[in-house]
Amino acid sequence: MQTIKISGTDDTPGVILDKENGLFQITGRSLPEDVAAFFEPILEWMAAYAEDPLEKTIFDFKLSYFNTASSKLLLDVLLNLEEMVEEGHDVTVRWYYPEDDEDMEEAGEEYADIVEVPFEQISYSLD
Amino acid sequence: MDTTNTKHGFLEFVYDFYKTMKLNEINLVYEGEITHQITKAFTSLTEASMEKEDEPSGVQRKVFHVMVECLQNISKHAENSTVLNDPLEGRGIFMVSRGDDMYKVTTGNVIDNTKVEHLREFIDHINSLNKDELKLLYKKQIKEGRLSEKGGAGLGFIDIVRKTGQPLDVHFLPVNENASFFILISTITRK
Repeated sequence: MQTIKISGTDDTPGVILDKENGLFQITGRSLPEDVAAFFEPILEWMAAYAEDPLEKTIFDFKLSYFNTASSKLLLDVLLNLEEMVEEGHDVTVRWYYPEDDEDMEEAGEEYADIVEVPFEQISYSLD
Repeated sequence: MDTTNTKHGFLEFVYDFYKTMKLNEINLVYEGEITHQITKAFTSLTEASMEKEDEPSGVQRKVFHVMVECLQNISKHAENSTVLNDPLEGRGIFMVSRGDDMYKVTTGNVIDNTKVEHLREFIDHINSLNKDELKLLYKKQIKEGRLSEKGGAGLGFIDIVRKTGQPLDVHFLPVNENASFFILISTITRK
């Protein structure tokens, strides 16, 4: 499978989807001008990956900000992971949030409530 | 603007405008088309100014959130207001003011009268909900809502009230029989 590697900018997240090295990450800020177009290749990749995933998939979300339009697309990514879980695959989401950011922590808790995927909440220091 | 009178009137206006801005503690005001570039410029400008003022990171984040959602609301929902001889969609007025206790983010844009009632009811409903009810509504909307053609998720107002913990202050001023001017004021308390 081809690897997706997108560098983050001040309005689009960094994305790594690398099956060979078992790296799955969405990081940084997400408020793209065209949120659907930005996430389209990511969701396509996820759908293809779900056909034949690794034995264990650990997906990292380490976002400092996302707008409400992005929140919908992030849920779509998580729903892809949920489908993999439903098919018996081993999937874990690691949700990183800045240690003083309650809203980002709560956003992770809410996603964990919505989708049936094991979530780990991990706080980190911005310094 | 070639006569001395008009010019004098204009200079008075500039000074009055300056004084009004000072009086209302307005840091930023803009009228025109709201593009993605404008959104990025305003948010980074405001971030830099909050950073300089040593605003707590929690307040900075909330102001950032509210600004982005408000600006995107205008760019996605402001009507083509031919009534105002304004050929462009996605235009409006945008203001950020900072007082001792709070930031206020204010937007104003023309909307079609057919949308007023629904919008008023929706915002009244959001304003009436407590924290847990807002959370439920957010979850329901994110699960069931579809991304609109313009890329809106229908979550912006809910998110603002959740993040700020303050009700939205909304007003609809008549423009003509077809359109209204929609004013939305969001408050972020400084703690």
